[in-house]
Amino acid sequence: MGFGIGGLALGYLLDPLDFGKERSSVVDMLQKGSLSLPHFAPKAKRIIYLFQSGGPSQLDLFDYKPMLNQNRGMDLPESVRMGQRLTGMTSGQQNFPLTGSIYEFAQYGESRAWLSELLPYIGKISDELCFVKSMHTDAINHDPAITFFQTGSQLPGRPSFGSWMSYGLGSLNNDLPSFIVMLSKGTGRAVAQPLYSRLWGNGFLSSLHQGVQFRAGKDPVLYLKNPDGVSKLERRHMLDYLAKINHQHADEFGDEQILDRIAQYEMAFRMQTSVPEVMDIKNEPDSVLQMYGPDSLKPSTYASNCILARRLIEKDVRFVQLYHVGWDQHENLPAEVKRQAKDVDQPTAALILDLKQRGLLEDTLVIWGGEFGRTNYSQGILTDIDYGRDHHPRCFTIFMAGGGIKPGITYGQTDDLGYNIAENPMHVHDLQATILHLFGIDHQQMTYKYQGRRFRLTDVHGNVHQKILA
Amino acid sequence: MGYKFLVQILPANSSPSEQSLVSISQVIPQKVSYNFDVKPILSDKCFACHGPDANTREADLRLDTHDGLFNTLIQSPDKKAVVPSEPDKSEIIQKIFSDDPKIQMPPMDSNLSLTQIEKEIIYQWIEQGAPFSEHWAYISPVKPKIGKPHFPHWEENPIDWYIGRKIHQRRWSPSRLADKETLLRRVYFDLTGLPPTIEAIDAFLADDSDDAYLKVVDNLLESPEYGERMASIWLDISRYADTHGYQDDLERFMWPWRDWVIHAYNENLPYDQFITWQLAGDLLPNPTKEQILATGFNRNHSITQEGGVIPEEYRVEYVADRANTTARSLLGITLECARCHDHKYDAISQEEFYGFFGFFNKVDEKGLIDYGEFPKPRIPINKEIATQDFPFIHFPDSIGEFYLMVMEDSPGIRQTHILDRGQYDAPTKVVAPKTPEAILPFTDEFQNNRLGLANWLFNDENPLTARVTVNRLWQQFFGRGLVATPDDFGNQGANPTHPDLLDYLAYTFQFEDQWDTKNFIKRIVLSATYRQSSSIVQEHKIIDPQNTYLTYFPRYRLSAEMIRDNALATSGLLVSKIGGPSVKPPQPEGLWKEKGGNGLVEYIPDGGQAKYRRSLYTFWKRTVPPPNMLIFDAAYRDFCTVERQKTSTPLQSLVLMNDPQFTQPAEYLVDSYDHVIQNGSLNELLTLLYRSITCRKPDFEELQHLIEFYNSTLKLDSLETEILETKMEINSKLNRSALIEVARLIYNLDITTQKS
Repeated sequence: MGFGIGGLALGYLLDPLDFGKERSSVVDMLQKGSLSLPHFAPKAKRIIYLFQSGGPSQLDLFDYKPMLNQNRGMDLPESVRMGQRLTGMTSGQQNFPLTGSIYEFAQYGESRAWLSELLPYIGKISDELCFVKSMHTDAINHDPAITFFQTGSQLPGRPSFGSWMSYGLGSLNNDLPSFIVMLSKGTGRAVAQPLYSRLWGNGFLSSLHQGVQFRAGKDPVLYLKNPDGVSKLERRHMLDYLAKINHQHADEFGDEQILDRIAQYEMAFRMQTSVPEVMDIKNEPDSVLQMYGPDSLKPSTYASNCILARRLIEKDVRFVQLYHVGWDQHENLPAEVKRQAKDVDQPTAALILDLKQRGLLEDTLVIWGGEFGRTNYSQGILTDIDYGRDHHPRCFTIFMAGGGIKPGITYGQTDDLGYNIAENPMHVHDLQATILHLFGIDHQQMTYKYQGRRFRLTDVHGNVHQKILA
Repeated sequence: MGYKFLVQILPANSSPSEQSLVSISQVIPQKVSYNFDVKPILSDKCFACHGPDANTREADLRLDTHDGLFNTLIQSPDKKAVVPSEPDKSEIIQKIFSDDPKIQMPPMDSNLSLTQIEKEIIYQWIEQGAPFSEHWAYISPVKPKIGKPHFPHWEENPIDWYIGRKIHQRRWSPSRLADKETLLRRVYFDLTGLPPTIEAIDAFLADDSDDAYLKVVDNLLESPEYGERMASIWLDISRYADTHGYQDDLERFMWPWRDWVIHAYNENLPYDQFITWQLAGDLLPNPTKEQILATGFNRNHSITQEGGVIPEEYRVEYVADRANTTARSLLGITLECARCHDHKYDAISQEEFYGFFGFFNKVDEKGLIDYGEFPKPRIPINKEIATQDFPFIHFPDSIGEFYLMVMEDSPGIRQTHILDRGQYDAPTKVVAPKTPEAILPFTDEFQNNRLGLANWLFNDENPLTARVTVNRLWQQFFGRGLVATPDDFGNQGANPTHPDLLDYLAYTFQFEDQWDTKNFIKRIVLSATYRQSSSIVQEHKIIDPQNTYLTYFPRYRLSAEMIRDNALATSGLLVSKIGGPSVKPPQPEGLWKEKGGNGLVEYIPDGGQAKYRRSLYTFWKRTVPPPNMLIFDAAYRDFCTVERQKTSTPLQSLVLMNDPQFTQPAEYLVDSYDHVIQNGSLNELLTLLYRSITCRKPDFEELQHLIEFYNSTLKLDSLETEILETKMEINSKLNRSALIEVARLIYNLDITTQKS
């Protein structure tokens, strides 16, 4: 094991209240994580979180509801809604006409998983997947809902999931950050709701654990590229002399933290080589590029980000998070969701297959899902060919693969109208607790003391769902 | 029955050799203090179930009050938690020393446990008679007495006496004073956020008079850059930004308020007025327009523009944010922990949270605002108004009228309720505005509004306001407060390392300086404690790794603003213009756009002088803050931040090596010495570069490294570009590109990015 983006840290990263406590070496802290983790034997070592920002319509992709089709146009009964609060976008609506999907559903694989015709590639690998149809959340709007998924709290300021993992478990490699983020824009909506860099922020944890965004183009990590006219050799040369003078000053001040900073420069220098290398997918074999689909070589697409995710996992990056935006179909849903699904269908399936073929799926957890679901009734006017759907927190679908998750199952169920959960509800904090469990972490014990309180990713909630574990 | 001690206990006054390898927190003091030794343990490990929150209290036992500790137990009337002087009869000892999982406290499932030392401290405290006192921070400071100096040639003022006493007790000594170059750079950064020029250094080195340093300090405190430096800290506390935050994050125009903050600091507006105007300027009798503008402080929180949210849910957040910001920054209490239930550790009930919340809950405001909206309440600002009413606002001719958000109460607009579990749609009992009783009762002498709150804050009896403020100012200079948790003076916060010094400073600031910030700061920077060398004393560091004894001046990395401003200032690029709208220096392309949305997505960098303004003027978009500042631990500004992290990461190295904002100054600096390049010697030029950037002269060894680096870079260039011959021809004069590499190296040195 090596040390990640953190490289070497400063003493004052540690709990300010523990100032007298004998400190393990900083290198140790980052190699092993800050806690004596894992608590028990882990199933997963790495994670790829394919975040579908905007709220994909579970009813048009995963959750097949023939009853909705049969009752098309009928007003949502209050006995089903049970006072669920609505967003400002439909709270003024006179009625709530139910609508099923205009897309066909079929069962796939030995697991007989239901999927819509929009996801044919996912269908082919359905036996690798665990669908959770009973996700639910507390938030009904994007910002609080995404923030909730990422940090366990609806309000800004807490550390991101990946930061918690970096803090708790440390890094597995020497040359790359342990928490890497990539963004792509879907073709579903012309203008999608935006993202915010705090979603991958370290909150109150050390900024050693912040998510580092990788981008397409000549500067894949901000400020990675040398100034014009400065070669790698010259940079190496400068760093050698920088270290000489810094060493002199370390002696002068007796400050060993200067040695830490020398190490940070070395890590930065290694990143200048390792990052462009890992980001260069042109040398991937044609067969691989074809597997991920026609967008594979287009920079900043979901497909190319999926290939990059696999390459980063091969380098033992702990937490790779993709955000694909554009899933917010308030209107014009049938046309938009079709395009949006096409963006992700083939690359997602390819990624999972690719990981499997390389023997990486076993200890790499892949998660696909958004921040909430969408309503079973139409937002706006329901026509024969068109409808929209508002945000729906009470039930939605995500799927997972690899990393100790039971493959080929569907977990949880919604009611016949797809409005409420009928079986095995899984709250956002439950999902977080379950993921941490796969990494050998007791979610109640991974804490960070800040402002006098021990904070957890799962706040004071969360139950591990054993039934989806392999 | 007795308990066997498993650890070696060393009294604090044992000899240095005995203590040599024992870190300070592993020593049990001879006289155990309830407040400083015992209660932090009880709070951290016991209060969650046996503390202030009645709803989660187990076994009807509370350990946070005198009665709870010493009266008979409600559930076992024949026993007491603590029997003074009789640890073995004290129930708490039975529980914490037990190995039986059924008896042991804290219980296994709490994931908490007591260390051997912690158990020992509780045991000895009881053995010593279990003396009890109220929470130290809630007892008003009195002016402690000062005795004879411990280090007569070192103690410049009372600060040194307190610091010196503790050093003396330990049988240590303070460090020698820092050399003049180091001290000058230190005090320049601390008071202005900028480095001294070579001319300023030379003048200081040449000035042998006794008051040479005093003159510098006085000049710096009178310089306009002082206000900028102080404001840049206040912007974190007041979560200032140029956008509304949350999802859509469009532009807002609060910069005139920032101009006011700079102005107020430079005018040395006494701290009590500085705060009162910001909290309640609108409620003062016949308020001036300036006093109303100051209330923009409480409108700096984020406001959502996300269509479809429930407005009331967010309006409640804004009110809570104001309450939390005020409590955290001015009172050092974690009020927000009492929003959903009674505080788990401190004497703050949920009802008191909503009492405090009530002060800020009378504003006629919207929870959800439209794109392009200037939220009410507000005041118009344009060139004419600025000129007439706000001469301190730097209003450019090119900007038209807009509105600035301010505070204004609409009496009768709504009642404040306790919100069950903190939920906006679960109101219960009605509460009147009030403050937490345990700090200082909110009696009838205080008005029932924000002005009453401000008066309560600055009441002579308020035990927290002055302490919290002087602690934050101390942190500004020493990197760490006397209380290491500047926003938590409660039971879970850190103990003061020098309680008597904290009280001395608080008392002095409040009653002698009359809240005169400049005068107070002067006390700090004139102290010998502040003027010490920053060379680490290794023998002390082993025992006191955080340097709480301050036997040497602590080295810290410069703040995000200082790091960039240093590059601009030392190279001569800095445009020292005070105030005005925020500016957009170049940043990597596409950062706003790639996050999506249809609002503020095009970052159009400013040209000309705006590129080189001080960093506190850099446009702050909350959801995508300037990356080169965020990487250096700048706060996001979503919420009030009282203390930033101080980390060191590889991303910081990349910024310093490769961000054009940092590489360009190196070029500019070299070019500014063109006359030397033409005619001077290499030594002369390298010395100039080194001095300009680090503010100190290179010693022989440093200079040798630089010469070697310059020469080898030349060779490297030649090899790489195969233009050896051309290079040789012009070798008579110095090579610009190699010099630029030298300057870049110096900009990356540790001593450049640290305050030594």
